Amino acid sequence: MTVSVPEAQKAPKGFRIDLKTAGPLLALVLLIILGYSLNPAFLNEGNVTNLLTRSAFIGIIAVGATFVITAGGIDLSVGSMAAFIAGMMILIMNAAVDSWGASLATVLLGIGCSLILGISAGFINGFLTTKAKIEAFIVTLGTMGIYRSLITYFADGGTLSLNNGAREIYRPVYYDSFLRIPYPVWVFIIVALIGWILMNRTAFGRYCMAIGSNEQVARYSAIKVDRIRTWTYVLQGLCVSLATIIYVPRLGSASSATGVLWELEAIAAVIIGGTVLKGGFGRIGGTVIGALILTAIGNILNLTDIISNYLNGAVQGIIIIAAVYLQRGSLTSKRKKAE
Amino acid sequence: MSEGAGAAVPPILSAHRISKSFGEIPVLFSIDFDIRPGEVHAIIGENGAGKSTLIKILSGLEQPTSGTITYRGQQVTLPPNGEAAAMGIVVIHQELLLAEHLTVADSIFLGREMQSGGFLKLKEMRAEARAILDTLHVNIDPDTRIHTLSVADKQMVEIAKAISQDARVIIMDEPTAVLSVAETRTFFEQIRRLTAQGVAIVFISHKLDEIMELANRVTVLRDGQLIATVGTENLTPDSIAQMMVGRELSNLYPPKHEPDVDSEVMLSVRDLSAPGISGISFDLKRGEILGFAGLIGSGRTAVAEAIVGLTRKTNGSVTVKGQPADFTDVSKSVAAGLAYMTKDRKGRGLLLNAGLTPNLTLLTLKKHLKNGFLDGSSETKALERAVRRFDIRARDPSVPVGKLSGGNQQKLMLGKTMESEPDIVIMDEPTRGIDVGTKQQIYHIIAALAAEGKAIIVISSEMQEVIGLSHRVVVMRQGRMAGMLEGAEITEAEIMRYAAGIKQGGEDDRLSA
Repeated sequence: MTVSVPEAQKAPKGFRIDLKTAGPLLALVLLIILGYSLNPAFLNEGNVTNLLTRSAFIGIIAVGATFVITAGGIDLSVGSMAAFIAGMMILIMNAAVDSWGASLATVLLGIGCSLILGISAGFINGFLTTKAKIEAFIVTLGTMGIYRSLITYFADGGTLSLNNGAREIYRPVYYDSFLRIPYPVWVFIIVALIGWILMNRTAFGRYCMAIGSNEQVARYSAIKVDRIRTWTYVLQGLCVSLATIIYVPRLGSASSATGVLWELEAIAAVIIGGTVLKGGFGRIGGTVIGALILTAIGNILNLTDIISNYLNGAVQGIIIIAAVYLQRGSLTSKRKKAE
Repeated sequence: MSEGAGAAVPPILSAHRISKSFGEIPVLFSIDFDIRPGEVHAIIGENGAGKSTLIKILSGLEQPTSGTITYRGQQVTLPPNGEAAAMGIVVIHQELLLAEHLTVADSIFLGREMQSGGFLKLKEMRAEARAILDTLHVNIDPDTRIHTLSVADKQMVEIAKAISQDARVIIMDEPTAVLSVAETRTFFEQIRRLTAQGVAIVFISHKLDEIMELANRVTVLRDGQLIATVGTENLTPDSIAQMMVGRELSNLYPPKHEPDVDSEVMLSVRDLSAPGISGISFDLKRGEILGFAGLIGSGRTAVAEAIVGLTRKTNGSVTVKGQPADFTDVSKSVAAGLAYMTKDRKGRGLLLNAGLTPNLTLLTLKKHLKNGFLDGSSETKALERAVRRFDIRARDPSVPVGKLSGGNQQKLMLGKTMESEPDIVIMDEPTRGIDVGTKQQIYHIIAALAAEGKAIIVISSEMQEVIGLSHRVVVMRQGRMAGMLEGAEITEAEIMRYAAGIKQGGEDDRLSA
């Protein structure tokens, strides 16, 4: 995968950094080998495509989360935000079908609204953390509750379903492919590439790392800390909106159960990928691998009957804790070697 | 100083042939050190001489690479992580390690709470804390929260905590650096009270007069070597300084080139007020070095931060090259050719986990963009230039700058500041915590920048530095300008008179001292 190139370049510098940078990749490879040995169907084209498509939702959101976390913030609202945006899209498209009929324009309207809602929701999170100076954890905990309850309210406790006509037009966005790669995977690849460039090749990415590693240094270095921070939340909102756009045609519905715990999966993907939770160091490539690892675990449990699929969360939890422990382990061994 | 301890008393804590290396870098070479009950033993040396490492070893926070520690007559291996406190060896760090939200009584008993059946005996702890504070003649309520106390009071809480642990040896790292003159006096009384009870005190200080007054013996370190351990009665401040530096300091400062009388005024400040300062007015000319002297907390940094827009000014005006310059954020000040170099290298100046390049270019990253993307080769070239110009020494540019020596960090920060190609540079404590050799280099760089036509403000707490570099000196006191000195008036005594409020200049006469 293109995003993992820089890791490969860094590798020859010394064995010390290997565990930290290549660790997630290694874990993914082991997981793939395990999956294949337990059930060769794991590497069937159909299953691989399915796995990649599933990982796209969390992956796209996690790319946004990488920026937020790198700049020293956190966004807990992404799961509810996705559910809320999905609900709004469906309501708007259904209303449009009533007046214009089901057409491409209806779907485009829904997509446009999704983008506007995502960006606005991100901006609200950013504004409240930077200008109102409320901790990100609190702000996004609050908005998480607000969006979750709004979707429940609009769905009247049930499920919002997209008009069948509109659904037919919208369906290919999730189910069709280009060059045998499903569209959601393309979106994931493009988002990851742009994210990687933003993080590693632009002033914005450098500023995110500077702010996350020491906000005071950033301020004294003439960086507009509040503005950059707000941008990370806007970016996160945009990513949530993109994920929702490819999610809605999958089921054509949204309910209060949509996107539950996505925020934790996104944060987990970011952390498994080697981004530091307290900020200052972000790795988009790692995040992509983190998202693939999380999805692969669920997929393997589905394909084999060694462990009940109901224990998916438990296995993921163990992997997250182990990943962070290994990263810390490699850091301490590095320090010991230096002394 | 009186005889706190006769030579006959055996040492309570001693170190024999202590060496310490971090990786391949040796920082201490075969040091002998001892402290007797009731004695005050000062450790002095330039920064980087190994003082901090030595006290860490004496308190168990670091283990020596070789050598032995003897405590109360027995060879010991001191436990790490401050557990030596239970044995009676207590360290009081410079950045007082107190939990800000606990009360005074909580802090004194932190980790050693009095309990009964799993419940805290709050009343007893409060009474005990009260009793200890009383023996120190300190009037602090045990129920006060730490964050409401002054630094001096916090230090007293640390001392009270040490006493409650029945400390036999108290090791202090620059205890008076953050205290005012009056607070220092009270602090000295406490030290005398402690030594009278037989407590041994080891302290690091840079203030030679304090050492002369308080210490029985002085150990001088230089570059990790033990230079001498001498009784204070045989020393003068000059001889200590000579031992610390080990060379003549005559060429430390470059010759001064006075700027032309009719040089352009680059920076003009009129009646500037901001939180902590008021009524600041001065002009700065092209090619001039203007010194800012004064005691810690006299508002010098506040002046700089108000000028560059890091803090909001409440009154007054600033002009840069005749143009109004009411900066509301740093980027505007940088764009106008006015750069501020912070005194807080580690907290505000540098990203300690990042390499040299990202640090160097952080202030001026926009210069290294090509079509909106970062241009790595342009950044590398900038680093090569800065390394040559400021003699920054690092074996590998990707090494985290936190691992560099203070001198190299300072030079990197200077490089970062100068990357913005400013016409006016405000340098806050440009040589804090670096060795003499590097200091000399930085002084020559500053003089060369002035000769190039930069206008420079040097804020410094080292009086010699201000005197050695500046064409004119502003002396600050309690947030106001106490005086402006020129030419032959720039002497240590004169600066001290203004800084201490004995003498006041011009418009500040109406102020009560």
